[in-house]
Amino acid sequence: MSELGNKLIDGSESSLRAFLDNLPGVDKVGAEGRAAMLGTRSIKTTSKARAIDLAISMVDLTTLEGADTPGKVRSLCAKALRPDPSDLKVPHVGAICVYNDMVKVARDYLDSIGGQSIPVAAVSTAFPSGRASMEVKLRDTQDAIESGASEIDMVIDRGAFLSGKFGSVFDEIREIKALCGEKAHLKVILETGELATYDNVRKASYLAMLAGADFIKTSTGKVSPAATPPVVLVMLEAVRDFFALTGKKIGVKPAGGIRTTKDAIKQLVLVNETTGPEWLTPKLFRIGASALLNDLLMQRMKLSNGRYSSANYVTVD
Amino acid sequence: MSADIFEYAPAPESRAIVKLNSEYGLFINGKWVSPQSKKKFSSINPATEEVLAKVSQGNQADVDKAVKAARAAYNKVWSKTKPKERAKYLFRIARLLQERAREFAVLESLDNGKPIRETRDVDVPLSAAHFFYHAGWADKLEYAGYGDNPKPYGVVAQIIPWNFPLLMLAWKVAPALATGNTVVLKPAETTPLTALLFAEICQQAELPAGVVNIVTGDGATGAALVNHGDIDKVAFTGSTEVGKAIATSIADRGIPATLELGGKGANIVFDDAPIDEAVEGIINGIFFNQGHVCCAGSRLLLQESIVDDFLTKLQSRMAKIRVGDPLDKNTDLGAINSAAQLSKIKELSESGTKEGANIWSAPCSLPAKGFWYPPTIFTGVTQAHRIAREEIFGPVLSVLTFRTPQEAMEKANNTPYGLSAGIWTEKGSKILWAAQQLKAGVIWANTFNKFDPASPFGGYKESGWGREGGRHGLAAYIKGAK
Repeated sequence: MSELGNKLIDGSESSLRAFLDNLPGVDKVGAEGRAAMLGTRSIKTTSKARAIDLAISMVDLTTLEGADTPGKVRSLCAKALRPDPSDLKVPHVGAICVYNDMVKVARDYLDSIGGQSIPVAAVSTAFPSGRASMEVKLRDTQDAIESGASEIDMVIDRGAFLSGKFGSVFDEIREIKALCGEKAHLKVILETGELATYDNVRKASYLAMLAGADFIKTSTGKVSPAATPPVVLVMLEAVRDFFALTGKKIGVKPAGGIRTTKDAIKQLVLVNETTGPEWLTPKLFRIGASALLNDLLMQRMKLSNGRYSSANYVTVD
Repeated sequence: MSADIFEYAPAPESRAIVKLNSEYGLFINGKWVSPQSKKKFSSINPATEEVLAKVSQGNQADVDKAVKAARAAYNKVWSKTKPKERAKYLFRIARLLQERAREFAVLESLDNGKPIRETRDVDVPLSAAHFFYHAGWADKLEYAGYGDNPKPYGVVAQIIPWNFPLLMLAWKVAPALATGNTVVLKPAETTPLTALLFAEICQQAELPAGVVNIVTGDGATGAALVNHGDIDKVAFTGSTEVGKAIATSIADRGIPATLELGGKGANIVFDDAPIDEAVEGIINGIFFNQGHVCCAGSRLLLQESIVDDFLTKLQSRMAKIRVGDPLDKNTDLGAINSAAQLSKIKELSESGTKEGANIWSAPCSLPAKGFWYPPTIFTGVTQAHRIAREEIFGPVLSVLTFRTPQEAMEKANNTPYGLSAGIWTEKGSKILWAAQQLKAGVIWANTFNKFDPASPFGGYKESGWGREGGRHGLAAYIKGAK
């Protein structure tokens, strides 16, 4: 168990349950109302320009398809390093996120083009369903780390969570975290669309943080709804309160369904007004996305030259 | 990353959409007329102290003219207009309000000082909703439960406050017209401009002349209206002090009145509340519309076991409230409506400090010109403090504590007022129990300041007589209905 978790729980199923069941509930109407109100913030001119660059630097540029090939992954890596070949002032993205077997391809190619500072994240633990034995999940993660992944995006066992086996979910995260050690950053995917209630989102957030997650992530991108603003709000509140409780800053990664600049800026506003601006860094906030990057680039062009360009002025991948 | 990485750039709503005249007359019998008093006064923007327009001071003679116009319109036209035709006018007004929504929102922000976010998302849409709702009632009144031949009073005198100028107009005018009355309306002295723009809507909707008359002026104008011998009914929203004076004035004349007066609403947070949403609800309860809300949750009653954690969260949330230019779309808290109101807020706050409560204001910079007060809370408040008993009507929250649910109820009810209350708990049975104990006209559970035209609104005790909105609100304008 993590050292921090140790102070709050003794590791037993009953202490975990007592802690999680004692968290205040989330009122659905209130949480959705707050998220909707923050969605009305008007981010214009200079602050929009800053927000776009910040969002680009937070994108975990993702391809998670059965049809992924080394060629596709390499071209995504090139885009990650230089999102807009015509403007080198555009920052590089936060990370590349791929399946296990593409990690080495991505790492080698990034290293060969000067992208050493861009981490490669691997989805792990029988992503996206999480339905495999622990032995397989560990081996899956081990393999990703050995191939050069410095970030692991693991999924939790939603079946175990929903049947109330908090201890089992907790132990899985702990074991994966122990395996990651200092070598890889651990993002824990809650798959909030399957947890269904905001109360569950809050409990799962704490469960992951207590077990040692470095980041909590909303979704795999394979289930809808995914990173809705109220879900991200509830996770940010959990992170904020966990910091007050333990002094440790945990990151948040919304993923799935964030496709436009407007969506991304709404996420940044949620961060700014919930955890505060200290979380507005790729170290503590990432956005898992693929199509989003091109919309950010097109909005960036519009701000700098005053007109909208056709989609042919940004690269397809 | 530095804290200014994501400062929001100013996002002001353009005021170009509002075309103000430099001077306004009175709106009587469908026409603009000069006041007999020959006097005008300025309506200013409380955020900048800029003069927006000169407005007429209506006197006794002007009021008399307006009442005569309303009487003639009632006798000759409105009482003979079929209910379904009345409904058409109301629908027309509602649609015009929607079409000109931005214009009304900007003007309301300018004249009142409230943020554009609220005028755009609350005041104006709700005003239109009240007209739509009552338009639906106009030809169905015999099904409202007030007999099979409900009759209007005739000429109704309506006096409205400055905190929701257009919305309070809608609350008054829509049911009065739907039930077949004609109206003489006196808007508040500091916020007459949206009512005058509403007069234009009446013209645009081709409402028959004299059905709605608008006489601007100060308290003397209001008194002249209430004391006029030919009115059939008084509807007033405002301070309890003026409400009592009106009640006295009509007592021996047999004229009925609805009065919506002050409040000192308790927002009660139990230890099993949804804490983050409760914090939001408390913020909304007291800082919505700068706390210029009669049903504001101006007393926070906190269960002692959660006091420290809750106040920490509340204060850090208060520090994020954006105070400033009301026309900026990102402003949460605008200007205090007038110099007089600001000095009242300051006086009561000083009494809180003097009587031993602890004051804390959110760190924020206030504009140099205009009338401003920061979001403020008092902790260590007891029932004996003035700030726990008197209505501050500003962004100032008094925090009290309780040990048991029963004690919370006693403290919440221990006030001369009884307008609103809020209950925060995840336990349904506790909500139902508390709602039965609380002597308040409006009780919200796990939310606050939610309004709908279908929901009756009004108070117990010194918070007023009668209800507005919903089926119950119709009774105020139907002869003999209770």
